Amino acid sequence: MSQYLVLIYEDEKAWANATEAEAGKILSQHVEFGELNGSSLSGGNALQPTSTSTSIRRDRSGGFSVTDAPFAETKEALGGYYLIEAADLDEAIAVAKQVPAPFGGVEVRPIRTFD
Amino acid sequence: MTAIVDPGVVAAVAEAHRREWAFVLAATVRVTGDIDLGEECVQDAYARALSAWASTGVPANPGAWLTTVARRRALDLKRRDATARRAAPLLVDDDPVPGPDDQLGDRPDISDDRLRLVFTCCHPALSPDARVALTLRLMCGLTTGEVARAFLVPESTMAARISRAKKKITAARIPYRVPDLAELPARVGAVLDVVHLLFTTGHSAPIGEDLVRRDLVERALDLTRMLRNLLPGDADVAGLLALILLTDARRDARTGDDGRLLLLADQDRARWDRAAITEGAALVREALRRRPPGRFALMAAIAAVHDQAPRYADTDWNEIVALYDLLVQLWPSPVVALNRAAAFGLAHGPSAGLAALDALAEEPQLAGYAYLPAARADFLSRLGHTDQARMAYTEALLLTENAVERDFLTDRLAQLDP
Repeated sequence: MSQYLVLIYEDEKAWANATEAEAGKILSQHVEFGELNGSSLSGGNALQPTSTSTSIRRDRSGGFSVTDAPFAETKEALGGYYLIEAADLDEAIAVAKQVPAPFGGVEVRPIRTFD
Repeated sequence: MTAIVDPGVVAAVAEAHRREWAFVLAATVRVTGDIDLGEECVQDAYARALSAWASTGVPANPGAWLTTVARRRALDLKRRDATARRAAPLLVDDDPVPGPDDQLGDRPDISDDRLRLVFTCCHPALSPDARVALTLRLMCGLTTGEVARAFLVPESTMAARISRAKKKITAARIPYRVPDLAELPARVGAVLDVVHLLFTTGHSAPIGEDLVRRDLVERALDLTRMLRNLLPGDADVAGLLALILLTDARRDARTGDDGRLLLLADQDRARWDRAAITEGAALVREALRRRPPGRFALMAAIAAVHDQAPRYADTDWNEIVALYDLLVQLWPSPVVALNRAAAFGLAHGPSAGLAALDALAEEPQLAGYAYLPAARADFLSRLGHTDQARMAYTEALLLTENAVERDFLTDRLAQLDP
């Protein structure tokens, strides 16, 4: 088995504009996804919006530059993830297709292992 | 290179490379679980064949010999290097792995092994460009340089593309198997595109001494027949099989006795393969039953119009232009537009054809494509614009690396009025 990170990228504005009923429906879809795919799931979390992000880079003087911003500004931002176990990419894609992401989509990245 | 090389052995190894590469590689990858390592072992087996066959003679079944040697090498490497084995991703395999000494004489699952390889090469997680490149490289054993010329890109670009795709197969664990029945139809389209390109590359070899690379054409035909067995109800598979049969039916007539290229107008239609035309025509009818018709079905229908004309003068160019009009809507590719423009000129006269071709002059994808200046040259010479025709033939000559096509263009150039 291999591990894959399923990154959920969605339009934050759409989330912010969603009614409570809409948001509640999506959250219950995530619960349902978790129940259906329990054996594949190793972990997962939802993230606070990028307005809460802090980015840290090395600056030229050897210190740090700390900024109140996500690392990259994009229309669809990373909003959550699942860590899944799958035999191969086809299986990972089959699980990823079930991840609710009505305001965007998901990206599947294999976890890198070191010997 | 050693000084003494038996030319008979070299020819036998070259022949085995053309005919058996995909089979040997597909069977070896089952053992290695890694395409790069599999390729390495297969290349090593071909290298060994050069010296081994020189002393023992060419084996009765070269593919089985090469597979046994390549698999044994793979097992050696895996045993010797436990770290590599741990790091090497084991691609999913549904069947038990046969040992290196298993009898391969009857080749029980040859089709499936090659299909596994082609479905891996054509996985949707790979870019479309990478799929075709990998299939030509891994299924047909083309060198990176040959693949690059088939795509009209620099060799370094192609090397990077193939290497990136292989890394993704390994790192993301793209599986080595034929997809489940449920996902099969969606995956077949990608494979058919690749097989079609493989066929066109073989049918009109981009480089080399021969116009047609029979091995590529036969590989494309084999793969399509395999897919037809797997998906007998699929109209696109039927369409592609029809297209290959109806086009390849003219193979023996495409060159004259002196090896020179003959256009449809000059071909001896008695040399066309009637059995292939009959089989292809039945498949076209089947493929066209689906509405709207698919890309390959339309292309096959165009080929069928040519094949069913008793003489060149009987060709129904209006029907062909009508089919191209449907095809351009479905598949708006510059090459299709170019073929449509050429057919339009044959239906409506050289001035109309020239105007249609000139509308495509700025198309960047056609910039390195010899058929555009060659078609222009033909219409220009019919209109008596000899100087312009000479320039266009010269331009086409600069763009083709195929010896037979070069001879054809050189002849045409010489035949122009002084």
